[in-house]
Amino acid sequence: MKLPYSWLKDFTDVGIHNVPAKQYAADMTMAGTMVGSWECPADEICNVVVGRILSMERHPNSDHMWVCQMDVGGAEPVQIVTGAWNIHVGDLVPAALHKSTLPGGVKIEKGKLRGVPSNGMLCSLKELGLEERDFPYAAITAAALLNDYKPLDPDKPSIPADIQPGHKIFGPVVAGKVLECAVQPDDSFHTCLDINGATVCPDTACRNLHEGDMVAYNTKTDTICTLADLHAQQAEFPHCINDGIFILQEDCKPGDDIAHVLSLDEITFDFDILHNRPDCLSIIGLARESAATFDKPFSVPKPQVKNTVGDISEHLSVEIRDADLCPRYCAAMAQNIQIKPSPRWMRDRLRAAGIRPINNIVDITNYVMLEYGQPMHAFDYRCLKDGKIIVRRCTADEECTTLDGQTRKLWENTLVIADAEKAVAVAGVMGGENSEITDQTQMIVFESAMFDSVSIRTTSRRLGMRTEASGRFERGVNCEGCMTALERACQLVEELGAGEIIGGCIDAYPAPKPVRTLKLEPERISSFIGAEISREFMVKTLEKLAFTVDGDTVTVPSWRDDMEGMADIAEEVARFFGYDNIPTTLLRGQTTKGGLTARQAFNRRVNDACNAAGYDEAQTLSFLSPKAFDRICMAEDDVRRQAVVITNPLGEDQSLLRTTALPAMLEAAARNYNYRAPSIHLFEQSKIYLPELDAEGKADPHRLPTEKSVLVMATYGDDFFHLKGCIEGVLSKLSVPGCLFTPCDSNPSYHPGRCAAIKNGDRLMGYAGQIHPTVLKNYGIGTDLYMAELDLEALFSFVERERYYQPIPKYPASTRDLAVLCDENIYVLQLESCIRKAAKKSLEKLELFDVYRGAQVAEGKKSVAFSLTLRSADHTLTDKEADEIIQNVLAALEAELGAVLRA
Amino acid sequence: MREKLEQILVKALDEISAADTKDSLEAARVKYLGKKGELTAILRGMGQLSAEERPIIGQAANEVRAKIEEAIEKAAGRAEAHELEHKLKKETIDVTLPGKKIVFGKKHPLTTVLDEVTDIFTGMGYSVAEGPEVELVHYNFDMLNAPKTHPSREPSDTFYIDNDIVLRTQTSPMQARIMEKTQPPIRIIAPGRVFRNDEVDATHSPMFHQIEGLVIDKGITMGDLKGTLEVFAKTLYGEETKVRFRPSYFPFTEPSAEMDISCFKCNGKGCPMCKYEGYIEILGCGMVHPNVLRNCGIDPEIYSGFAFGVGLERITLFRYKIDDMRLLFENDVRFLSQF
Repeated sequence: MKLPYSWLKDFTDVGIHNVPAKQYAADMTMAGTMVGSWECPADEICNVVVGRILSMERHPNSDHMWVCQMDVGGAEPVQIVTGAWNIHVGDLVPAALHKSTLPGGVKIEKGKLRGVPSNGMLCSLKELGLEERDFPYAAITAAALLNDYKPLDPDKPSIPADIQPGHKIFGPVVAGKVLECAVQPDDSFHTCLDINGATVCPDTACRNLHEGDMVAYNTKTDTICTLADLHAQQAEFPHCINDGIFILQEDCKPGDDIAHVLSLDEITFDFDILHNRPDCLSIIGLARESAATFDKPFSVPKPQVKNTVGDISEHLSVEIRDADLCPRYCAAMAQNIQIKPSPRWMRDRLRAAGIRPINNIVDITNYVMLEYGQPMHAFDYRCLKDGKIIVRRCTADEECTTLDGQTRKLWENTLVIADAEKAVAVAGVMGGENSEITDQTQMIVFESAMFDSVSIRTTSRRLGMRTEASGRFERGVNCEGCMTALERACQLVEELGAGEIIGGCIDAYPAPKPVRTLKLEPERISSFIGAEISREFMVKTLEKLAFTVDGDTVTVPSWRDDMEGMADIAEEVARFFGYDNIPTTLLRGQTTKGGLTARQAFNRRVNDACNAAGYDEAQTLSFLSPKAFDRICMAEDDVRRQAVVITNPLGEDQSLLRTTALPAMLEAAARNYNYRAPSIHLFEQSKIYLPELDAEGKADPHRLPTEKSVLVMATYGDDFFHLKGCIEGVLSKLSVPGCLFTPCDSNPSYHPGRCAAIKNGDRLMGYAGQIHPTVLKNYGIGTDLYMAELDLEALFSFVERERYYQPIPKYPASTRDLAVLCDENIYVLQLESCIRKAAKKSLEKLELFDVYRGAQVAEGKKSVAFSLTLRSADHTLTDKEADEIIQNVLAALEAELGAVLRA
Repeated sequence: MREKLEQILVKALDEISAADTKDSLEAARVKYLGKKGELTAILRGMGQLSAEERPIIGQAANEVRAKIEEAIEKAAGRAEAHELEHKLKKETIDVTLPGKKIVFGKKHPLTTVLDEVTDIFTGMGYSVAEGPEVELVHYNFDMLNAPKTHPSREPSDTFYIDNDIVLRTQTSPMQARIMEKTQPPIRIIAPGRVFRNDEVDATHSPMFHQIEGLVIDKGITMGDLKGTLEVFAKTLYGEETKVRFRPSYFPFTEPSAEMDISCFKCNGKGCPMCKYEGYIEILGCGMVHPNVLRNCGIDPEIYSGFAFGVGLERITLFRYKIDDMRLLFENDVRFLSQF
C-alpha cells in the first residue's frame, strides 16, 4: 500500500513539516504499521528547471534540429540544441541544465551537437519519468512535414523531392509552405500556408509546424494532414512523431524547480500491510494509525453532495440473489456526465499511489478506493438492460469480456453483477467491457459493495486476475463503510464538475453486521505483557484507534474484525506502549529437565562418527523425480516406487517425496564429478517418506506416510574396502556390535559382485557396495562410486546401551599364523565364522593378513592367511593347548569348507 | 716409583680430557687401566718392592687408579652428551614439510548452527521435539488459527498431497502436536525441514529448515519472551548484539513480533547487509494465541505462553556470510570442506 505523504493532511496533522520521512518510517514500523521503503521521484531529478524559449534557429548542420536561446531564470540566456520539432518561441519547457540528473541515473552535461554548443537538454515527459496520462495536455499531434519525407524505396518516391507549394499530392491534398504559425489561447495553432497563388489559414492541433516547413494541405477539409491522413508510415516521416518536448501549462516561471512544479517532490511510503489489518489498505486507515502514533487529532470529513436531481428509484433497481456471497450492495447514480481528465491534484495523488489516471469517473472510483479502502466500480447506465442490477452466481457457459479486452469463460457459481440479461462485471474482480465508461458515457452507476472474500479469492485465482479491488475484497472490506464511500464518490463527481448527482442511493443490506464488544481487563493485560500499564493509557490508546470504552466494555470499530479478545487488546496497548519498553525478564516457575533424547544424541554421534571417518556432511532436498527409479535401476515391482505425490509440484523432477536416499546423493556425486573434484566422501542422515498403501498396493494420498531416517554415504577416489572400513569404524564408534557384511547380488543399484548386505543377525541394516555401471551412466558419473545406505532406526536399536569393564589380561597370549587353501568361491566371512566357532572362547583376535592366488596355488583356489591370537583368562596357555585348538580349527575348516592347511 | 705414578696420572688425565668420544675414552682406559695398561704394569711390579714401601706405593697406585677412573667416568658423560648432540644434529628434519594427512569430515554449516541453537535452549531446560514433515492441514493451519482465507494456504505457497495433507510450511504445527499431548509446563524447540512452493534462487528454496520454540506455563509474559530471545541472540551473535522487537502478525500468536538484531557487519551503523537500517530481521515470535491454546485443550485463562520460529538457513547464511542459499544444498565439496 502506497501512501503519498501529503495525503495525510486531509485527515491529520502529520506531514513533512513536522515529521521527517525517516522518523515517520521508523516510528510507524515500531508501532506496527511497517514501512517497507519510501521514495521521492524528485530525488532522482536535479538541476532541471523551467525554461522559456526566447528564440529558435534551424541547426546549420541538421535538417531537424533547432538551436534555442533559453531563459532559465538567470541573467543571461542559455543556448540549448534540441532535436524535437514541437516547440515554439514563448513555450515553457523543462530544461535539464549543465550537470543535471534525470530519472534512471541519466546525467546531462554541456557539449556540442554537430558542432554547435548546447548547455543542456530540453526534456520530454518520458525523460522526467512520466507518461501522457499523468499530463494529458502534453499529448502531441504531429503533421506530416514534407521536408522530412524519406521514401521507402528511393527509386519510387510517393512525393517528389522538389515538390513546390500548390503541387497536387493526391485528390484534394496539395503541398503548402508554412508562412506563419502562431499558438492560440486554446493551445491550437493558427497557420498561414502558401499553396502557390493562394494563402490559406487553417487552424491545427499539430505542434510541429514552423515557418518554412512544407506540409500537405487538404483543400476540401481545410486541414493540415497528419501521417494518418496521408496513410503514411512512420518510417517515411522519421521525425514527425507524437513525442517531443513537454510543453508546460503549469503556473510557473523560468528558473523554477521542475520537480516542484510537477509535484514530483512528493514522498511516497510503501507499507507492508499485515494480513490482519486490511483497514490499513486505505489512506484513512493509515492516517488513523499515523495520528495515533504521533499523537495528533484525527478526523474524516463527512462527504456531502450539495445538489441532486430526480431520484435513483426512477432509473435503477438492485437485487441480491446470493446474499451469502454479497452481504451488501450500494449504488448511486449521476447523469450528464462529461468524461475528461481529472484535475491535476487528483492525478498527482493517484500517480504517487501507483495508479494510472484514466479519466475523471474512473479516477474517482480509484481515488475513493485508495482513500477509504472500499473498491468501487462505475457502470455506463446505458448498458444496463432494463435498469437492473442483479447480483448472482453465474450459470454454466456464461462468459464475460472484461475491461482488459479478454473474453473469459466463467466457472459455474462465479459471482457476477448482471443486468436483466447478461453479466456486466465479474463481481469484485473486474468490470465488463460491455458496460465500460467511454467518452460517450452520459449516465453512470457507482457500485460500492461487499463481497465474500473466499468467493473473490477463488474467482481471481481461477481467472488469473489479481486487481487492486480483488486484493482488497480478499483481505476483507468494511461492510459498514460502503455507503460513506459511495457518498464520497458522489461528492467528488460534483466537485470535479463531472456530472449531476441523481438523488438517493440504493442500499441492499439484508443482514446488518452486529457490533462487537469486548471486555477490558487492565490487570490481566498488564500481567500478560509483563509491564505496569495504567488503565488510562489503555483507554486512551483504544480511543485513538476509534474504539469506544464504556466502563469495562470496549466497542470494536466495524473495520477491526481482527479483534477477538484480551490478547488482541493487549497487542493494541503493547504496540503503542512500545514493545521495546517492556522490561525483559527470564523465565520463572517450575524448572524443566530438557536436553536431548537418547535418539537425538545418537543422531549427533552418527554425524561425529562420520566426520571422524573423513566424511563431509551433505544436505539434499527431500524431493524425488519419478524418473529416478529407473535411473537407479530399481526393480519394476519394488514397493518403493510407490511414493508420496505432490499435487502442485514446482516441476516433474520434484513431484515426489523420496522413498530412497540414493538418487539425491548420486546427484551430489555427479555434481562434484562434473566440477572435477578428485575425490569425495559425503554422508547424510536423509529422511525418506514411505507412504501407506491402499488395497491395490498404491500410495494412499489420504494418510500420512511413515518418515524414516537413513544414513547414506558416497565416495569415489577410494575403493570398496575403504568404505567398508569407514562403516566398520562408524559402527564401532556408535557401539553397534555384531554387524556383518554378507555378499549380495540382488540389489540392482549396485554391482552384483561388489555389494554387501549389512546384517545384524537376521535384521537387514542396509547395503554397501560399488554402484552399478548402468546407474553411473544414468547420472553421468565416469568413475567408480561406492555408496552405502544404513537404516538408522535399526542401528539405534542395536546400540550397546551398557558397557562394562573387561579385566586387562593377566596371562600371555599365544599367536599362531594359519594359511589355508580353499576354493575361490568360499568367502572369507565363511572361513572366519568357521574358525571362530571351532576355536571357541580362547580365540581373542582373528586377523586376515593375506589372500594369495598365483604360483603354487592351483587354478580356482586361493590361499587365505590368518593370524590367531589365543589366550586364556585364567592361566598361561601351553603349546599343547594352543596346538589342540589349531587342530580343531583345521579339522573344522576342512570338514565344513574343504579348506586345508597350505603346505 | 711414586714419581712414575705421578707421571702416569698427569699423562692419563691429559689424554682423558682430550678424548671426546666413547671410543677414544675406551682406548685411554685400556692404555692405563687395562690388563696390559701402564698402571696395571706398575701394580704388577709391586712384588719387587720392600714390605715398607709396598703399602705406601700400593695406596698411592690405588689413589691414582681411582682418580683416573673418576676422570674417565666424568669424561664418559661428556662424550655421551657430545655424541648425542652430534646425532641429533644429523637427525635434523625440515619441519616445514607438510604433515601426513588425516582427513576429518566436516559438519554441514546448517548442522553446526542447529546444534549450537539446540545447545543454547537445552541449556535453558528445553527439550527437542520432532514431528512429521508431511503434515495434516489440521495441524499446519487449522489448529494454528490460520484463517481459511490466509494466503499461506494457497497452492502457490503450499505443497499439497491431498486436500487435507500438505508438506508442512512451518515447524509451528509442532506447537499444536505438543500441546495436545503434554500438560504445561512446556518448554520445547522443534527443529526441522519445511516446504514452500518457491522456485530456487539465491534467497529461496522449496525446502528449508526452521526451529520452532514453545513455552507454556502459568504467568508467562511478553517480557519473558523478550528476555529469552535476547539471551538466544546474544549467545549466537555475541554479547554486544542488540535486539529490537517490532509488532507483526502471525495467525497463531497475539501479540506478535519480529525480532531484529543489530547488524553484526556494521554494528548498527547501516551498511548494504542491513539495507542501511542497522538491524536485520532474524525471527518471528509472539504470545501463543488464546485460540490455539483452546484448540489444544489448554485453558488460556490459566496458562499463557510464547512461541518463536527461526529460519535456520537465514541465521546460517548470516553467520558464515554466505551470499547464495543454493550453496547449502548443492553439496559441492569445495563448499562443504570449508567449515
